[in-house]
Amino acid sequence: MRHLLLSTALVLTLAGCASGPPPALAPAGTAAQDSLWLDRLTYGASRTDLAQVRTLGRAAWLERQLRAGAEALPAAAQAQVQALSIEQETLTARVQRLEAQRKAADALTDDAAKAEAQKNYQQALTKLAREAATRQLLHALYSPQQVREQMTWFWFNHFNVHQYKANLRVAVGDYEQGLRDRALGRFRDLLGYTAHHPAMLRYLDNDQNGANRINENYARELLELHTLGVGGGYSQRDVQELARVLTGLGVNITDNRPKLKPAQEAFYRRDGLMEFNPARHDFGEKQLLGLTIKGEGFAELEQVLDLLARHPSTARFVSRKLAQQFVADDPPPALVERMAARWQQSDGRIADVLRTMVNSPEFDASLGRKFKDPTQFVVSAVRLAYADKVVLNTGPMLGWLYRLGQAPYNRQTPDGYPLDENAWAGPGQMTTRFEIARAIGSGSAGLFKVDGEAKDRPAFPQLAQPVYYEGIAPRLTAATQQALAQATSPQEWNTYLLSSPDFMHR
Amino acid sequence: MQRRHLLQLGLGAAALPVQLWAASADTPRLLVVFLRGAYDAANLLVPTSSSFYYEARPNIAIARTAVLALDTDWGLAPALTDSIHPLWLKQQAAFVPFAGTHEASRSHFQTQDHIELGQPDDATSGHRDFRSGFMNRLASAIGAGAPATSRLEAMAFTDQVPLILRGGQPVANQALRDLGKPAINAQQAQIIAGMYANTRMAGAVSGGFEVREEVSREMAGEMEAASRGAIAAKGFALEARRVARLMRERVTLGFIDVGGWDTHVGEGGATGQLATRLGELGKGLAQFADEMGPQWKNTVVVVVSEFGRTFRENGNRGTDHGHGSAYWVLGGSVKGGRIAGEQVEVKASTLFQNRDYPVLNEYRALFGGLARRMYGLTDAQLATVFPGASAKDIGLV
Repeated sequence: MRHLLLSTALVLTLAGCASGPPPALAPAGTAAQDSLWLDRLTYGASRTDLAQVRTLGRAAWLERQLRAGAEALPAAAQAQVQALSIEQETLTARVQRLEAQRKAADALTDDAAKAEAQKNYQQALTKLAREAATRQLLHALYSPQQVREQMTWFWFNHFNVHQYKANLRVAVGDYEQGLRDRALGRFRDLLGYTAHHPAMLRYLDNDQNGANRINENYARELLELHTLGVGGGYSQRDVQELARVLTGLGVNITDNRPKLKPAQEAFYRRDGLMEFNPARHDFGEKQLLGLTIKGEGFAELEQVLDLLARHPSTARFVSRKLAQQFVADDPPPALVERMAARWQQSDGRIADVLRTMVNSPEFDASLGRKFKDPTQFVVSAVRLAYADKVVLNTGPMLGWLYRLGQAPYNRQTPDGYPLDENAWAGPGQMTTRFEIARAIGSGSAGLFKVDGEAKDRPAFPQLAQPVYYEGIAPRLTAATQQALAQATSPQEWNTYLLSSPDFMHR
Repeated sequence: MQRRHLLQLGLGAAALPVQLWAASADTPRLLVVFLRGAYDAANLLVPTSSSFYYEARPNIAIARTAVLALDTDWGLAPALTDSIHPLWLKQQAAFVPFAGTHEASRSHFQTQDHIELGQPDDATSGHRDFRSGFMNRLASAIGAGAPATSRLEAMAFTDQVPLILRGGQPVANQALRDLGKPAINAQQAQIIAGMYANTRMAGAVSGGFEVREEVSREMAGEMEAASRGAIAAKGFALEARRVARLMRERVTLGFIDVGGWDTHVGEGGATGQLATRLGELGKGLAQFADEMGPQWKNTVVVVVSEFGRTFRENGNRGTDHGHGSAYWVLGGSVKGGRIAGEQVEVKASTLFQNRDYPVLNEYRALFGGLARRMYGLTDAQLATVFPGASAKDIGLV
């Protein structure tokens, strides 16, 4: 243990050198306080994480999480992920295969056969999105890199796309995986990634945006939702100019390239399904946020993304959103300012901004006060119930998330799911949560049903485990303890614990 | 309709305790039914005087002899013979052809979002707020729904609170399609509510249990009826009856959606795919009217869809995404038995982009006009519901 502590200290020092002053060590708390702290940064404190925090301290735990390691899922979860068809094929191959299926269906002349073939095509798309959701949930439940998972969800929501637009069900998994890889890196990389991904280009109609037939949709959201934020200092004119910069950036799912004039050839870009078609680009000069952009094709976009990623409004807007997700619905402005300053100093390094946030007194003061959103509620409940036994079927979780209105990839509008309590604490939502608490608390709930088998394999939720006694029980309110005392069966006890206000917050 | 009560409350409505106003039995009820997938309005409300209709739809047109004639220009799909046509004859049903939004992306999702948000068409005129649907703003304007402790006034009968009802007012939602027994029994509910008694969620928790309880009482009624040999309603008809019970007793602003209208292939005519779907819808709405009982006179149902479909049939005896639709307006006090709103002769030259019905009756103006009549809203209040739109009263109630 001493060896481990020493090497951790060394890493901390190095990390400190690389990225500014070393983080202040959070005050050592009780196990209950540490588990509350972990609840905020993970999908629920696990026994392993709590033990790590208790022995290494919060700061060391956080550094491990913020490092770009590739700690694997537990074998039983990893095997399920690897068995998914989305893991076997590149996005391009998958899109082309589905497109061939769509065309074949459309070519049928018999009404009934055609309707059947089109239904099959739709089902194939839906299966792909479902697989992606399965992978997401398995990561959320069992990945040791919990902060990365929290941030993957955050970035998908920030750069939201909706699975039911066009054929996006085919691409949401790939899109999410790329966000996961970049989740703790630089904002500029995330921004560039989304701006080049076919899911985003299609979702916000930039594949329809060409010179003299402008579609402003992506340009507007890029400024309003992805970077500067409303009131971030841009005008309608900036939206229009950015839309011109974005002309020609689209999606090509075929292997063909467009016929171009010789002078345009050099400007053509292709990366997977993303295509920059110079024939559709407006090569005129643009004025954006006070900067003159010369007509240089694809390079204009890179220049503009640099500008947007480094803009102080972006630092403030995205820092505030992070603080909304992780600290409070209405985050303390002073904290947001410090995060934004760190953002500027670190050129948008997300790990650095998160460290500033987590090590703040505001963060500590807010623990236990943030109402869980549906995903956090469902995942943390299953994670607590089956900490040591990997679930075999995430289907029921998806069903619960649909009922609670926060299914993966299912927010229609580009603003993403709301991050505040108001959106999730209505009467219908609460009742549904209690019913789900009961379903999870009362038995295996379909979570251990393997395809092709008639019944669940035996499993029972084990909530009253060490992490409960050590981390949760000591901080339960009197009202909750009273309710638990009235339980007449383990099932009922589980239901009350998962229904309690204590469990609904983090 | 019942304006007196609302006018008495006047501008101060929002400031009054919501419970008082919710308790009133003759509060106007509004149910919006959203047909997701864009139903083919031209095969519901058939332009019988248009020879172009019969030319444009060689396989799927509904013959003049088959429709229920409504006036010299229009006929109703025969699938609605026993359900909506009787309401029409009682002058409790009106149709508004050429209705919809000017948004012309022809994308289901984009247009549905657009309609539900109810914000200005002109995207350059300002910032869209994706958190605010027009029915939520209407709930706000008429003072329904307010605090979490109130009885539940605005409600979506759907699995999720849809965009149209999202926003500042708390809104309940409960899909009524497949109802089991409440998973949480009364005693458990009491214990759970006890845990929340001293929290800011106390009202939401007890209110939620209350609605669930009410719904389950209604369920018990259904089961009793069934055991006495009554023919149980099924599908949408059953759902619509349940909606009616809640709207009769406590919900003043309701929303439900019905899918299955995207008839690109083998749509059918007087019978077939669309006719079956329309038949189920009509039957459900007729049962809704019946179940509302004495409250039907205080109730308005508006049936909308994101857009209409191509006027000409496609190569698969179906129709593709179009533009103008036809909205239905039903209710005990509706000035029905007529085709309302702006109209134009149906021929090739009047089509929008030579393919679809045009939009002559913009939905925001239409709902604005309706809300003014129903709730006596002022222009200033209407402007909060539909910013940038001017309400147009086409005399529907």
